Amino acid sequence: MSARAEIVDDQRGMAFRGVFLRELHGYLITPVAWLFSVIFLLFAGAFTFYLGAFFERGQADLDPFFQFHPWLYLVLVPALAMRLWAEERRSGTLELLMTLPIRSWQAVLAKFLAAWMYIGCALALTFPMWLTVNYLGQPDNGVILASYIGSFLMAGAFLAISECLSVLTRSQVIAFIVALAVCFLFLLAGDPLVQQPLLALGSNRVADALSDLSLLAHFQAIARGVLDLGDVAYFLLTILFWLAANVLILDARRGG
Amino acid sequence: MIETEHLGKRYGRVDAVADLNLKVSPGQVLALLGPNGAGKTTTMRMIAGFLLPATGRARVCGHDVVAKPLAARRALGYLPEGAPSYGELSVAEFLTFASRVRGLTGVSGRRRVDEMIERLQLQTVLAQSIETLSKGYRRRVCLAQALLHDPPALILDEPTDGLDPNQQREVHALIRGMARGRAIIVSTHTLGEVRAACNRVAILAGGRLRIEGTPAELERRSRYHHAVSFRAPASALARELLGRLPEVDAVEVDPVDGRVTVFPREGQEIFHVVVKLLDEQRVRVDELQLERGRLEDVFRQVTGDLSDDEAVAA
Repeated sequence: MSARAEIVDDQRGMAFRGVFLRELHGYLITPVAWLFSVIFLLFAGAFTFYLGAFFERGQADLDPFFQFHPWLYLVLVPALAMRLWAEERRSGTLELLMTLPIRSWQAVLAKFLAAWMYIGCALALTFPMWLTVNYLGQPDNGVILASYIGSFLMAGAFLAISECLSVLTRSQVIAFIVALAVCFLFLLAGDPLVQQPLLALGSNRVADALSDLSLLAHFQAIARGVLDLGDVAYFLLTILFWLAANVLILDARRGG
Repeated sequence: MIETEHLGKRYGRVDAVADLNLKVSPGQVLALLGPNGAGKTTTMRMIAGFLLPATGRARVCGHDVVAKPLAARRALGYLPEGAPSYGELSVAEFLTFASRVRGLTGVSGRRRVDEMIERLQLQTVLAQSIETLSKGYRRRVCLAQALLHDPPALILDEPTDGLDPNQQREVHALIRGMARGRAIIVSTHTLGEVRAACNRVAILAGGRLRIEGTPAELERRSRYHHAVSFRAPASALARELLGRLPEVDAVEVDPVDGRVTVFPREGQEIFHVVVKLLDEQRVRVDELQLERGRLEDVFRQVTGDLSDDEAVAA
């Protein structure tokens, strides 16, 4: 009896940790995850030097590096996240997972944090960029740090959106395409591309509200070196909103 | 202890499960039988907490599966239909994952994992990724996961599906071995499994419980119960005479193997009468047997009712 009691006490947070570690382990053994980091690092570098004209600008900063992050994430994060729930649904492991002693929100959060941590590692591996710019000149390292934080937060927002949409389907391809489309919409919510059709429909309010939701605008604000509380809160709330939606959808499916 | 009270679930206009009352006490192994779509898997999923009941309630060891989901799930070992597991993981990694989630860590946790590996004979495939394993191994891996935390209640959805006869026998022995002190529900399509591993039977059809009892009780409901069957090459006259006995309801000859079965009228014992008549007629009997009843027969009777119901409803 005491052995069993011990097990129950031990279990606080154990299920969460178990799922988190399994997810993280999954990234180390699946080719998709390695592909993600390799392509991210290659493209981040290539874009910076070629499209961003890193050398030609003659400025010691990482603007040309960070300005391409939203576009890299737009494709790569939905690709990394598409399997999160769709794969569990297709293979039937969802039933295994959701009958383990774990709450839905713990499972959602564990998957999210493991993936976010993995993206964080890929982002951290761009440190040679920071070394290079410090070698070449005297950049404002505060701005660079803020940009890194902004980039990481933006990746988190994309990830939360993609994870949530992954729970709607068994097909990873559908999960990827829908996530890409929704992320694109949120990225450019403040852009004429999205704004003008809304304004043409005469819905100024919707257009205004949507422009406040623009991921790109908030990222650019942080990347300028101003780590404004509002911008940080925007990203955190976006993440929270989509994770909460994820939990709700997951639970609603049990009722169906 | 596993209990359901008026448990129900609807999909659209169809009752997948309706008003289901089950009670499985420690020491009981309940075989859940029924045709495809009878609601077996839906019932098990509700008890395991994967689906929410639309009506009624289910309890595992006293814990309501909706009000106290974590306590209920901790008390339960569950083998889902199709025995899913994470294919990209190795067997050892998968069991480590399951033990972590179950809070089985440290030395005692390792010991439990090793015990399960030995019991289900997984030693040789530990390092292999699960997706490369045969169906039988995958089922055993998922079974190991269900037994890892030594649960007082156990639900196994078709545990022997896809196993060869030897592996089936091993799983039956495993279930019988675990029955002491545990409440176990096993769903199956193989009626032979009932005799091999279970001491209670419930038959579902159309989402409703049709009949429940011990295998012997159910067999008593079969028309084969206490029927006498024999094999005799030349017995045409004897069959004729047997059919005229007041205790006898009918005499049937199996068109394939020529076996004769004599069915008694309700409540009649005919063994001695039949033996006496065969003896008087000097029929050379190769083999003779008192039937105890056939589950197949009860199954057909009980689930066959359904089509009548549907005919009435239509």
